Amino acid sequence: MNEQQQTLWEFMRQQSGKLLEQTVQHIGLTFISLFIAVLIGLPLGIFISRRKKFSGAVLGVAGILQTIPSIALLGFMIPLLGIGPRPAIVALLLYALLPIIRNTFTGITGVDVTVKEAAIAMGMSKWQVLSKVELPLAMPVIFAGIRTATVINVGVATLASYIAAGGLGEFIFGGISLNNTNMILAGAIPAALLAILFDFLLSRLQKLNIKKLKAVTVALPLLLIVLSSFYLLPSAYGTKLKAGFTPEFMGRRDGNLGLQSKYGLKISTVVISDAVMYKAAFEKQLDVISGYSTDGRLKAYDLVVLKDDKNIFPPYFAAPIIQENSLKKFAGLEKILNLLAKRINDSTMTALNYKTDYLHQSPEKVAKDFLVAQKLWKPAQTGGEGMVRIGSKIFGEQYILANIYSMLIKGYSHYDVATKTGLGGTKICFDALTNDQIDFYPEYTGTGLLAILQSPAKVVDSLTASPRATYNYVQDAFEKKYNIKWLKPIGFNNAYALMMRRGQAEKLKIKTISDLKRYLESR
Amino acid sequence: MIKVQQLRKHFGKVKAVDDISFEVKEHENLILLGTSGCGKTTTLKMINRLIEPSAGNVLIDNKNISEQQPEILRRGIGYVLQNHGLFPHYTVAENIAIVPQLLQWDKKRTERRISELIEKLHLTKDQLRAYPGELSGGQQQRVGLARALVVDPPILLMDEPFGALDNVTRANIHAEFKALDELKRKTIIMVTHDVQEAFELGDRICLMDKGKIVQNGTPAELLFHPENNFVSEFLQEQRLSLEFKSVRLADLWQWLSPQLSPNGGGVQLSADSGVWAGMEHFKFKSDDTISILNREHNETKSVGFEQLMSAFYQYKQQQAHE
Repeated sequence: MNEQQQTLWEFMRQQSGKLLEQTVQHIGLTFISLFIAVLIGLPLGIFISRRKKFSGAVLGVAGILQTIPSIALLGFMIPLLGIGPRPAIVALLLYALLPIIRNTFTGITGVDVTVKEAAIAMGMSKWQVLSKVELPLAMPVIFAGIRTATVINVGVATLASYIAAGGLGEFIFGGISLNNTNMILAGAIPAALLAILFDFLLSRLQKLNIKKLKAVTVALPLLLIVLSSFYLLPSAYGTKLKAGFTPEFMGRRDGNLGLQSKYGLKISTVVISDAVMYKAAFEKQLDVISGYSTDGRLKAYDLVVLKDDKNIFPPYFAAPIIQENSLKKFAGLEKILNLLAKRINDSTMTALNYKTDYLHQSPEKVAKDFLVAQKLWKPAQTGGEGMVRIGSKIFGEQYILANIYSMLIKGYSHYDVATKTGLGGTKICFDALTNDQIDFYPEYTGTGLLAILQSPAKVVDSLTASPRATYNYVQDAFEKKYNIKWLKPIGFNNAYALMMRRGQAEKLKIKTISDLKRYLESR
Repeated sequence: MIKVQQLRKHFGKVKAVDDISFEVKEHENLILLGTSGCGKTTTLKMINRLIEPSAGNVLIDNKNISEQQPEILRRGIGYVLQNHGLFPHYTVAENIAIVPQLLQWDKKRTERRISELIEKLHLTKDQLRAYPGELSGGQQQRVGLARALVVDPPILLMDEPFGALDNVTRANIHAEFKALDELKRKTIIMVTHDVQEAFELGDRICLMDKGKIVQNGTPAELLFHPENNFVSEFLQEQRLSLEFKSVRLADLWQWLSPQLSPNGGGVQLSADSGVWAGMEHFKFKSDDTISILNREHNETKSVGFEQLMSAFYQYKQQQAHE
């Protein structure tokens, strides 16, 4: 444990520059959106306290906005506002709106009627009643709303890294993908501390007596502006092309680190979720992205893979990995799972992915169509001999594979099947496997080698060129270290790849990563 | 001073105030009396335009208030509420200074006026820095009164001003209220449901029911010449004490013989006092008398309890036959 803390501390020190930048971005994102939310929410709250018939509608809409899952909301923003800070700020401010509007409304309508009447009867104008009576008296309640909104925003802002808006989410999601606990903690702890800190500070504000509150009412907007401006500080430094890499890719030796060390590639980079990355490339918001070579969107958005002429991306052959115990428990399961071995090559997988990602067919349908075409499909038999739990990571290909395996097991055995799809990144999936939450899931040799085993650079370098050697190495190491068995490879290699829009790549005559580097360095 | 003409207020189909007219003379204290829901508060609030009438006019000094800007109108009319309506986030001093601030008085003038008022209203300087929540109910009500009086408006509207106070506090404040010279210069309209209070403080009483005025008259007129059964029934329960309170000693003057007692006769009272006040001064010993000074006739009479009662009886007899 002590060692763990040590290394966390070391990691944070080592990455202190990045950590500071992300923290500053995080604070900036939180407060710029909060500031705008106050600018919108406060007048809106005042308005509906005057025209009560609108209150239901306004609070209803703000309430609905709040229930939209954050990732979905960020997703909605992309077609409208692209990627980067703008959609993130808009999404955050939409989340912050409800508590601010609602508390302003509640606060103002809660002001003692006789006090309001006295104010009017003494000859105060509407504006004076609002500014001298209603707002000061509603201020504690309004502050409580702003406080809630702040804490929500600090939390949701971690998701901003999905759409290239930065923030501490870069570490958190990078860490989850890379199975790097220190990296997760380096993002999560500062985020939690920020939430606690701001909550505490605002609670102090709330408790100030009414007298001092007058000063605070002036100070708060100023403070918000200052904190918001944090975000604008690390402004863009540009190269000719703009790259968007996933948090996972950013931190991997066979990712951005390798690009920098082996190719010497220098390109201005934003961190972005792979869920939106391809579309952003298609919409020319990004020029170079770190995709997967079998991704259906490659086909859908007409992107081309740049050749890895220096072999930095190790092979990522997919194969189910399974607990030894589960193999013993479910007799015949290995044979069923191996039915799929060598059945799917790169282009088949891309085509299958294309069907789900772009033609929006359900993974079940795609899986069944595939099995039928391969003459592997059998109708489900009666179950009752035990429950096989299949896991999958949170992207389309894994959903399809999980469905195929589910149909195979039901068709060829009397086992029941539970699928636990969408298990976040590698770390979540693998932890679920080692903790006996699932029996097996499809994993990739490269991921096993780098993210799970965290093999030293020397080992990786010696293996990268040969898929066979990589497979053997991970199979061996998993057996020894985790009692987990790699079954036969499915056939395709879903390796990392840099990709660009076909049109742009052809125009700039970029075919390999070395070409890309030359282009970036040319004048 | 204040003329209310055919005033109506309808809330949907409910006629809260239904064709009301009355006048209040300068320095007069008019009470709007009635049970809750009779429209008295609505009537009051139409005078400073807290509520806009459905029909009818209110004239103050022969000027129609609907032609004045409401904020300006209200700054010239003091308003006292039942639950004082003090700003909880303002100190007592700041609360009292609200209207002067709206009228942009300079600070010195406001301060001078506030210290003058708190003395008259028996508040202390320390209390000026307190917040309303730190004061007792009676003190809060005094601050509310000070706030309404601070710019010395000619008109004062009071909505159940003593309604939230306990009986003892209320009795004390009533006494102060009557003694306060500031109020003698005011034209006051006060709303209450408390019959005793109405008779004690009012020069005239408008008894209201279901949005209409049932009777508008002096306390004695209401008692001895009720317009209809509603009026007499409304007063029935407290009739005797009301009569003793509203009949002045001067009203009995003709039946009081100019008897000169040997010792000049006990306490001296003004003939403007009520019979009740006179009765309170008897100690019920033999030869117990009070002396009454009638400034109008410039004459003093000394009376015993029995004679007072007999005079009161004769007065009532006469009232009944008028």
